[in-house]
Amino acid sequence: MAVTYFTEDHEWLRVEDGIATVGITDHAQDQLGDLVFVQLPEVGQTLAKGDAAVVVESVKAASDVYAPVDGEVTEVNEAAASDPALVNSSAVADGWLWKMKLADTNQLTGLLDEAGYKAIIG
Amino acid sequence: MGAEVNPETDELKSLPLGDLHEAANARFGGFAGWSMPITYPLGVMKEHLHTREKAGLFDISHMQLFEIAGKGAAALLSRACPLYAGSLATGQSKYTLFLNEQAGIIDDLIVTRLGDERFMVVANAGNAAVDEAHLRELGKDFNAGIDALDRVFLAIQGPQAADVLQTAGIAGTDLEFMHGYEPQPGWFMSRSGYTGEDGFEIGLPEADARALVAKLLADDRVTWIGLAARDSLRLEAGLCLHGQDITPEIDPVDAGLTWAISKQVRGQGGFIGSEALQAKLAAGSGRKRVGLKPEGRQPVRSGATLVDAGGNPVGIVTSGGYGPSAGHPVAIGYVEKALATTDSQVFAEIRGSRIALHVHPLPFVTHRYHKG
Repeated sequence: MAVTYFTEDHEWLRVEDGIATVGITDHAQDQLGDLVFVQLPEVGQTLAKGDAAVVVESVKAASDVYAPVDGEVTEVNEAAASDPALVNSSAVADGWLWKMKLADTNQLTGLLDEAGYKAIIG
Repeated sequence: MGAEVNPETDELKSLPLGDLHEAANARFGGFAGWSMPITYPLGVMKEHLHTREKAGLFDISHMQLFEIAGKGAAALLSRACPLYAGSLATGQSKYTLFLNEQAGIIDDLIVTRLGDERFMVVANAGNAAVDEAHLRELGKDFNAGIDALDRVFLAIQGPQAADVLQTAGIAGTDLEFMHGYEPQPGWFMSRSGYTGEDGFEIGLPEADARALVAKLLADDRVTWIGLAARDSLRLEAGLCLHGQDITPEIDPVDAGLTWAISKQVRGQGGFIGSEALQAKLAAGSGRKRVGLKPEGRQPVRSGATLVDAGGNPVGIVTSGGYGPSAGHPVAIGYVEKALATTDSQVFAEIRGSRIALHVHPLPFVTHRYHKG
């Protein structure tokens, strides 16, 4: 059974069987505007919580997407890299960015649930 | 007046039509001291493409109109700008510059001759206060009045702009490109713009502007376009943004803007900065403003250092982003003269990865001005 978490940095992660699928929230894609470039991490790369894992660039500006937890990248969404608009049209589903194997499931307790995230963005 | 952020409150000034942009669900951001509509719900990409396809409506009321009038008006402008203002025909507009004594570019402007002794100057928002002080200081030596006008300033840009205005019953669509006039008291209209497309700019009192906007938006070919798309449109069109691509530290020779200064004016001088410009023309340029096309899809932004294959610094990016019509990232920057030829390769370091850029002819997207 998958559980979805959120961060204050406008990422979501869906955790199932120790693997987290990570993306940016719909609010984040709306704030960024039309994306034109997505730079994904490498499969096998080890990320520490807070590392800049992905760069997304809109027409106007570049933004980092941070690793919400520690872990190793197991898969990246090439479809998002080849068509960045996918992240705008489907931020929380087809527009996911990478999957990672969790190093420490205890880190999940510090994250937000959907109600907590919605309270932050107002 | 001017475009300074109020130092007391740090507050941004609101556009006179700000309520209309709010009603249109614009997203606002600060630019040159003004709270400006950056994007509308359509989004920058579609706003950009809409302008190139149909007609985009821009609120550029942050820009400043100055009316210069009097027996000495032409002489004042010929001193302030590398221009013989007196040789402009009535109705003719000219892209020109305010230069400092070092021939650095204080601002770029459009000057239009309205009559024998009257001219309209359109200046950038970010420089409005500096420009006004500069004009008033110079104006002491000339018999000319300088009036900073309080107007709403709108631009309608795109291949269908003329037809939209005509359909709305607005006079002036017979203007040639880079010509302007006063269609009625308090109005100033020119066929010009900053997108590379055909279009018009109209300065007018607020009440008239509200009526005009309502009329134009009733045409389904017209939609509001924000400042983000204005920037990507002008960047594709290879047009300079003052404060980025041209500054008081950059002269017209390096900037590739000597086309705006006639040979006669260059030779005879008389304008501020003429000696420095003549010296620069004689000595030649060490660096040149060029178009740059990054390889791949990642935009290279303003401020990125450019290096050659050996890693030696050879230039800087002054404007960069994505070109929705070009379909690839686009940039403008300065490179050493030896590299300022089409297809020369330079590199930028972005987050540890090296991106190749090629010098690319400007504009990236062909201008479609109305040449009559």
